[in-house]
Amino acid sequence: MSNDTTADIDNTPNSEQPNDDAPALSKQNNLQQLKDISWQGIWKNNAATVQLLGLCPLLAVTATLINGLGLGIATTLVLIGSNCTVSAVRNLVPNEIRIPIFVMIIASFVTVIQLLMNAFTFELYQALGIFIPLIVTNCAIIGRAEAFASKNPVKFAAFDGLMMGLGFTLVLVILGAIREILGNGSLFKGANLLLGDWASQMEITLFTTDSAFLLAILPPGAFIGMGFIIAFKNLMNNRIEKLFAAAPTTKNIARVRVTAEK
Amino acid sequence: MTFKLSSSPHQHAQRSTSDLMRLVIFCTLPGLLVQTWLFGWGTLIHLVLAIVVAVVTEAAILELRKRNFEVAIKDSSAILTAVLLALSIPPLAPWWISVIGAFFAIAIVKQLYGGLGFNLFNPAMAAYVVLLISFPVQMTSWLPPESLTQYQANFADALSVIFTGFSNDGYSLQQLQLGIDGHTMATPLDQVKTNLTLGLTYNETLESPVFAGGLGVGWLWVNLAFLAGGIILLLQKAISWHIPVGMLGAIAIMALVFNGIDGDQYASPLFHLFSGGIMLGAFFIATDPVSAATTNQGRIVFGACVGFWIFIIRVFGGYPDAIAFAVIIMNMAVPLIDYYCRPRTYGHARSGK
Repeated sequence: MSNDTTADIDNTPNSEQPNDDAPALSKQNNLQQLKDISWQGIWKNNAATVQLLGLCPLLAVTATLINGLGLGIATTLVLIGSNCTVSAVRNLVPNEIRIPIFVMIIASFVTVIQLLMNAFTFELYQALGIFIPLIVTNCAIIGRAEAFASKNPVKFAAFDGLMMGLGFTLVLVILGAIREILGNGSLFKGANLLLGDWASQMEITLFTTDSAFLLAILPPGAFIGMGFIIAFKNLMNNRIEKLFAAAPTTKNIARVRVTAEK
Repeated sequence: MTFKLSSSPHQHAQRSTSDLMRLVIFCTLPGLLVQTWLFGWGTLIHLVLAIVVAVVTEAAILELRKRNFEVAIKDSSAILTAVLLALSIPPLAPWWISVIGAFFAIAIVKQLYGGLGFNLFNPAMAAYVVLLISFPVQMTSWLPPESLTQYQANFADALSVIFTGFSNDGYSLQQLQLGIDGHTMATPLDQVKTNLTLGLTYNETLESPVFAGGLGVGWLWVNLAFLAGGIILLLQKAISWHIPVGMLGAIAIMALVFNGIDGDQYASPLFHLFSGGIMLGAFFIATDPVSAATTNQGRIVFGACVGFWIFIIRVFGGYPDAIAFAVIIMNMAVPLIDYYCRPRTYGHARSGK
């Protein structure tokens, strides 16, 4: 979980200002960029399964689906806020001291989220414990600030934060669901901690057992489950990419046939 | 008379993998029989369950991986893994224990890493650890030897307990664990650990009925039988002496030192060597050719470190026995050991000379 990987994830869309002469073209260009950002954030460059950033909270809190969802939402909110702010000040920040400034921006957003969770979802706040303040150290966030937000306009940076956060949340939720089902036989346990009392009916009990598969709840289960998620992602890569990524790039290029077909 | 010339390597035909695996399986037989004789039929039932699940899992995954599964099944390595796992499971554990264990050993520990020869960890022991931390109650419910139990369990009873939880006469596993005096009997290692925490000394502990002459009733014979099987393996040159000697030596030395320092707190070397699964571990588990160190020097280091960890966890850790943990910890250290214990290349001088 080092920041070194951030160098590889520079998927900066073309940051040239759109040409004023052709508003229609720039609109299409915008849309294309937003599409690309969401594709990168949710699948191609997923913070958890591809960049392997932020594994510490990912593995630690995903004993249940709701815990994962709670941390995922908190991380997403911090990511959007920090990406916007970093992007807004990107031309004012001297290059030499940009990292401390980014960290301070992130830390202030984490403090805001932490206080909000303390006020409105107190039990979840207690369940997640140290991992809320530790969002500051989540490499995925500083990674996006450095690799994307500091080079792109605010609207793209905000959208990138949202999409990266969604991708991260998705993995947290899936891993939490797998571990909760295997280890506890339930789903949405403790939904009332996040969503209020009405949500306590959401809990689904799939099976009850005297001897639960404790491994799934324990830390090794998180590693094994994460391994399976990454393996599944790699397995599906080709198919999904054909479905989504290929669609916009299939352009009919008329070529002059130079050789006869055999 | 013909005079045959053959190209190098000029070695005698060694055993094929399948011959070796089968030899190791046959050498576990003495231990298996003694364990069945003393602790009931459960071990055999788990053995059959584990073998079936292991072989079916291996075949299914190899089929998924589009490999030829007939060759892989015939090398008997899955059967050996199942045998080692079944020997380490308490005889009357529920049936799904050996099913989950065998599946995990073959599917995740062995095949996901690439199959035989590529697994980092000893499959049987990794599966055992998974079972132990997931189902601590079932995995520690060992029976006392049959000579000490209040209720005897025959084959039908064992089958019934494993599949339904109750014997034909309606006794639960907890009742079957009762000794003649009506107290639940622990294994010798458990007994020593518990009594030491209760403030009794080691010598006072030895007066309880699971001990005879300072050693655990039954467990001594099981260990002797595995020792006999292990010696056959050594004589057949199926394993080298380095790992067993390193491991048993390390345990004996540490036990001797600690026993010498404070005989009230620390058990004797003989007790350590002949209780739990030490002999099974030393000759059959730690010597796994895939996941153990590969050079002779490295094997001694590997064996000694396994013995060190077993002793440390037994005496100071939370678990009464620790062969699986010790083997898995040292499996992780094998690349390091192999790096520092490379043999001298022929023709090169010894370092420093």
